[in-house]
Amino acid sequence: MSDIAWIDAALRAARPEAVAALLRYFRDLDIAEEAYQEACLRALKTWPNNGPPRNPAAWLIFVGRNAGIDGVRRKARERPLPDEAALSDREDAEDVIAEKLDGADYRDDVLRLLFVCCHPELPATQQIALALRIVSGLSVPRIAKAFLVSEAAMEQRITRAKRRIAEAGQRFETPSPADRPARLAAVAAMLYLLFNEGYSTDRAEAPARAPLCDEAIRLTRLMLRMFPAEPELMGLMALMLLQNARAGARFDASGALVLLDAQDRAAWNRDMINEGLALLDKAMRHQVRGPYQIQAAIAALHARAARAEDTDWAQIDLLYAALEELQPSPVVTLNRAVAVSKTKGPDAALALIAPLAERLAGYFYFHGVRGGLLMQLGRREDARRAFDQAIALANTPAEAAHIREHLDRLAAEASAQKT
Amino acid sequence: MLYAFLCYNNESAVMSWTKEEDDAVMAKLDLVHQKLIEQGRFGPALRLMPTAAATTLVKERDLVLDGPFAETKEQLLGFYVIECDSLEHALEIARELGVANPGGAYEIRPVRLFLPGVGVS
Repeated sequence: MSDIAWIDAALRAARPEAVAALLRYFRDLDIAEEAYQEACLRALKTWPNNGPPRNPAAWLIFVGRNAGIDGVRRKARERPLPDEAALSDREDAEDVIAEKLDGADYRDDVLRLLFVCCHPELPATQQIALALRIVSGLSVPRIAKAFLVSEAAMEQRITRAKRRIAEAGQRFETPSPADRPARLAAVAAMLYLLFNEGYSTDRAEAPARAPLCDEAIRLTRLMLRMFPAEPELMGLMALMLLQNARAGARFDASGALVLLDAQDRAAWNRDMINEGLALLDKAMRHQVRGPYQIQAAIAALHARAARAEDTDWAQIDLLYAALEELQPSPVVTLNRAVAVSKTKGPDAALALIAPLAERLAGYFYFHGVRGGLLMQLGRREDARRAFDQAIALANTPAEAAHIREHLDRLAAEASAQKT
Repeated sequence: MLYAFLCYNNESAVMSWTKEEDDAVMAKLDLVHQKLIEQGRFGPALRLMPTAAATTLVKERDLVLDGPFAETKEQLLGFYVIECDSLEHALEIARELGVANPGGAYEIRPVRLFLPGVGVS
């Protein structure tokens, strides 16, 4: 890598920790970001000549903090200086910072920064956009592209999110040991949302959205490095890796969606699968059940099956049942029905999802799964009606095309029977 | 004399590389590998999974910790490559090794990429 590429990678890697620490000093997202930007500019000037510092994050925090204090002083006439307590730890030198980076203070800084982004008053899409902008440092145009909206709209969304956070206030305190699990859970949920936002079901959108998955994985890695003994974080990391491993096999040459059963398993990413399996193995040793671990375990059973027909559906059924118990949701039951159809047949699966009809009436997958089960039972007319409902609710052209295939097959079978 | 080259780097920086950047680094490394292979000097080489995938067994107290062994008082003195069925199995083997060779800790880390090399001894 060239100097610039190396510096770029180092800045990108150090950003979450640096911005997080600066946020602790300044308790203001904008000041923290400006201070970080200033530190980056100085890094670009000095690093090529002096060589990279041993700890880039500590360097950026030290330089950024001094730059931020200068900036605040300069603006003191325009706006009042934060009180002394808000500018804490001003005596830290760079090497002290480097030493502390491994410690609990900085760990909580990163958690705080991500936690600030997942403020419950913000809708999920704003939480994710804000995290990408502030924590990951993705540019507004890139985020806009990933969300398929205009740059102006994304700029506005991020500005609005920041304002709401500033208005809501009071999230900058150090979490008590009792608060930490709740913060971790909120951050984990946001990271999984970010991942799912990137796991597009439309091939045309996939290249623009894939960076969201990469970023979710990168931030989860960071969290895991800071909280290495959290089984649910291991589970989340494993889940993302096991799902992302299949990304290359999810579309055929024409761009149509390929379901799990029909995917070319040789195209799955083995490195990601192995890492996911290793993390899940680690997580299970803790013997603390959790929804991410269970979902990762389900993904692992798919990953472990050499062929689709080798899948251990009975075990998947049990895992979904465990997930239903922890997190009752009609969508989980619907997923379980797929496993049940493989072990106990389509009749049993239909009986399982019958009570969900009302709650999932507007859900594409409900009608898709139901249509598939009816088709297996040879109830063609009922299946056609279910697929018609599904196609009307499809979220992407690829989903619609997939249902269209079933409808065409039903039509062909019906006309073959007539002649 | 053989040397072990323990590759230390800023993990968060390496894990921040894009796939293209990572591939480029690996391709450059491969040129060096090829040269060393031609010279008959290249032994087993491994790339480890991130430290988050590591587990540490502190032998004396039989304490199993998540993450790498980072105590600076002890240094990494060598490594094994062993086929294990599971983490539990790996811990079993580590305990056995620990009986034969007390003190310190074994960091048990899944291997990401294994290049067996040309069998130098």
